[in-house]
Amino acid sequence: MLSESRAGETSGFQNHVAEIKKRAMIFFDNVSKFYNHNSVALKDVTLKINPKEFVSVVGSSGAGKTTFLKLLIREEEPSRGKIIFDGAEVGELDRRRLHLLRRRIGTIFQDYKLLSSKTAYENVAFAMEASGKSDEEIDEDVPQSLEIVGLKDKMHNFPHQLSGGEKQRVAIARAIVNRPDVILADEPTGNLDPINTWEIIKLLQKINELGTTVVLASHDKEVINMIGKRVVVLDKGMVVSDKENGKYLV
Amino acid sequence: MTTLKRILKTGFLNFKRNGWLSAATVMVMVLSLFVLGNLIFLSAFASTILAEFGSKIDVSVYFASDAPEENIFAVKKDLESHPDVAQVQYVSRDEALQVFRARHKDEELIGQALEELGENPLQASLNIRAKNPAQYAAISEFLSGKKYPVIDKINYFENKLVIERLSTILNSVRGGGSVLVLVLSIIAILVSVNTIRMAIYTMREEIGIMRLVGAARWFIRGPFLVSGVLYGASAAILTVLIFFPLVWLISPRLILLMPSFDLFQYFLMNLLEFSAILFGTGILIGVFSSFLAVRKYLDI
Ligand SMILES: Nc1ncnc2c1ncn2[C@@H]1O[C@H](COP(=O)(O)OP(=O)(O)OP(=O)(O)O)[C@@H](O)[C@H]1O
Ligand SMILES: [Mg+2]
Repeated sequence: MLSESRAGETSGFQNHVAEIKKRAMIFFDNVSKFYNHNSVALKDVTLKINPKEFVSVVGSSGAGKTTFLKLLIREEEPSRGKIIFDGAEVGELDRRRLHLLRRRIGTIFQDYKLLSSKTAYENVAFAMEASGKSDEEIDEDVPQSLEIVGLKDKMHNFPHQLSGGEKQRVAIARAIVNRPDVILADEPTGNLDPINTWEIIKLLQKINELGTTVVLASHDKEVINMIGKRVVVLDKGMVVSDKENGKYLV
Repeated sequence: MTTLKRILKTGFLNFKRNGWLSAATVMVMVLSLFVLGNLIFLSAFASTILAEFGSKIDVSVYFASDAPEENIFAVKKDLESHPDVAQVQYVSRDEALQVFRARHKDEELIGQALEELGENPLQASLNIRAKNPAQYAAISEFLSGKKYPVIDKINYFENKLVIERLSTILNSVRGGGSVLVLVLSIIAILVSVNTIRMAIYTMREEIGIMRLVGAARWFIRGPFLVSGVLYGASAAILTVLIFFPLVWLISPRLILLMPSFDLFQYFLMNLLEFSAILFGTGILIGVFSSFLAVRKYLDI
């Protein structure tokens, strides 16, 4: 009797967990990441992000924000735990098919990651070419997204001919141009002045309102407090707070 | 279709944009192909020399003076059916005498001696050319084994030492030459492969970025293979262009050394094949090393 009811409970619980994972856009299941034995980047992180959510991941430098994003696009592999993206386990995808996952996620990298041998225009166009978009779509969308980030006049410059903030805006244009399901923004305003910062945050909010899931990593208090959405606080790789309408206080 | 077009376009564009790097890579490949071209010439030159030496060796079988011609022809027939024999030439007693006379026509004493003798002192013979100098021993064994009563002597046994030495020299030149060709080709190819690997090494970060923004592996690899083809093809064109004046200059000097080998003529006659080998090798090296070099950085 006892064991039976336990078994029933367990399977019911499992179903429930499976249901949660299915509904989530992103699900971190007890994930840890150790780069080496004395560097713990993430520790036992369990986190669920729903479709169309806007989540800010905050924490001081070295707290593990970038690592969190890297694991999601499998730029790094977790040391422990599972990561589920839209019902599929990221770690089980065949390496040869990883680009299919990455096409659904637009990433604004903290270090921009622009192709140095390509102009701003070509950098943005590359993301579209790689996902097989037609030349007409590219001709139309690339200038448009560069216009959105205010870089249309510099679109034929190479990265080394752009300032830090300008490079950051090219990275933003590239991340949004394919209209991905999820946008990961790693300190996207780190090199921008207050006016540009405000513009980019408004842009991310607008994209979010149109139905895109946005994960923003930042340690900029003002930016986080301005957004006023869900805030996840990381400290030394652990989730120490997770609140709707959160503020970033520390 | 659009993707193929994009890959080709990017390949050409990268080749053009990485001007210095491409130029350096092509130059190294030109050097490799140049070595390869020289090896081709060298082996053609060597086979001409070897063939010439080889054609100077033969073995003669002399027949008793009273041997009937039909018996000699029977031996000739046996020889012609022997697998090692390339050619058998019959020299009758009269022909031998004519040749002898012609050779000594200025020497009165010899003419006089022949007159006094009254009859033809020379023997009929078969001159045998083997397919390979090393086979003369076997042919001689074959003849002496058959114990033809009409055969007086076989001059192989007199020249045995010389023939054997010559044939070992010819064989070792051939063998050593092939090893040298192989080693030099491998070195040349390795240098090219490494240059291309270095060129791609400088692109490793870009390759990683392309993966992270959602490019499939073949979409990244494609343009590198196109550039590889371009490296190989440009290097082959340049090498052929360099060889033209060079061969033209060297050829007359070489003819003085070795009258039967006209390098320029050889070059023109074999231009198509020669270019095909250089193009094939160049493109193969370019594509193969690009393929290997990119693969390493795609695993992200
Ligand atoms: N490749 C790596 N090898 C070793 N340790 C690493 C590596 N990348 C990150 N770390 C370490 O992991 C921890 C988390 O790094 P992470 O980049 O995720 O921090 P972050 O929150 O993004 O910081 P920041 O706000 O400065 O960008 C840090 O202690 C860092 O030193
Ligand atoms: Mg970071």
